[in-house]
Amino acid sequence: MNNRQSALLRIMELEFAAIDLNLFLDTHPDDSCALTDFAAVSQELMKAKAEFEARYGPLMNFGFGLNQGNTWRWIESPWPWEVNFNDCKPYGEE
Amino acid sequence: MWIYEKKLEYPARVSSTNPRLAKDVITQYGGPDGELAASLRYLTQRYTMPIPQAKAVLTDIGTEELAHMEIVATLVYNLIRNATVEQIKAAGLDPYYADHDKALYFVNAAGAPWTATYIQSKGDPIADLHEDMAAEQKARATYEYLINLSDDPDVTDTLRFLREREIVHFQRFGETLNLVHDWMSSKKVFY
Repeated sequence: MNNRQSALLRIMELEFAAIDLNLFLDTHPDDSCALTDFAAVSQELMKAKAEFEARYGPLMNFGFGLNQGNTWRWIESPWPWEVNFNDCKPYGEE
Repeated sequence: MWIYEKKLEYPARVSSTNPRLAKDVITQYGGPDGELAASLRYLTQRYTMPIPQAKAVLTDIGTEELAHMEIVATLVYNLIRNATVEQIKAAGLDPYYADHDKALYFVNAAGAPWTATYIQSKGDPIADLHEDMAAEQKARATYEYLINLSDDPDVTDTLRFLREREIVHFQRFGETLNLVHDWMSSKKVFY
């Protein structure tokens, strides 16, 4: 697994925790443990995403991700259905 | 407003080309208990929900279902993208190939196209939330049948993740139903 995929998997783990806590908080809005966990996960997620985007280009469209450099990095592959988590190479580079 | 994030919710892996399995799994893309139906059902029911928790749950689960639709699409795409015409014919996927090549289209396992009649939006929060809980159980059962049909351990792994999410969503909808019951039985004081 290459560095990009490791960094992406870390973001996927953090975001999954955030999704699940978000749904729990929708029906338990006063749960202080869940609120604390959500704050911690969300802070770590935003940090991981900022580091990823600085290196590999934006994860989100419409201005929610940073585009650094002189090219429009949003159109660069791989797209989600092209990432092969079984080995190091995205499908497009086989 | 929705923002797209260029990643999957779960790392959907496929071990090898398998058009027979794709033919079954595609029902969770465009079948009666699939992810498109789930997402559109929740996102259209949310407008008439009476309490903030219910509006949030339907918005957030409806959004997560879009991510599940993308995971199912990724499985189907990678199960068929390298298939030969001979493999497609042997798997019985040739009627689909005739109309769609290897593109993604919203059909059930038998090839019937998606229809809005799969879902309801009743305006009555008790009726709608009961439908949503049933929908989650039907999707959970479908994932179990697909796991029974799967001969690819990597696909089974992703199907297990999706099955688990149906169970979590069922739990959240049950809690939401209780909150709506509480709201309906609470005393309304206007002066």
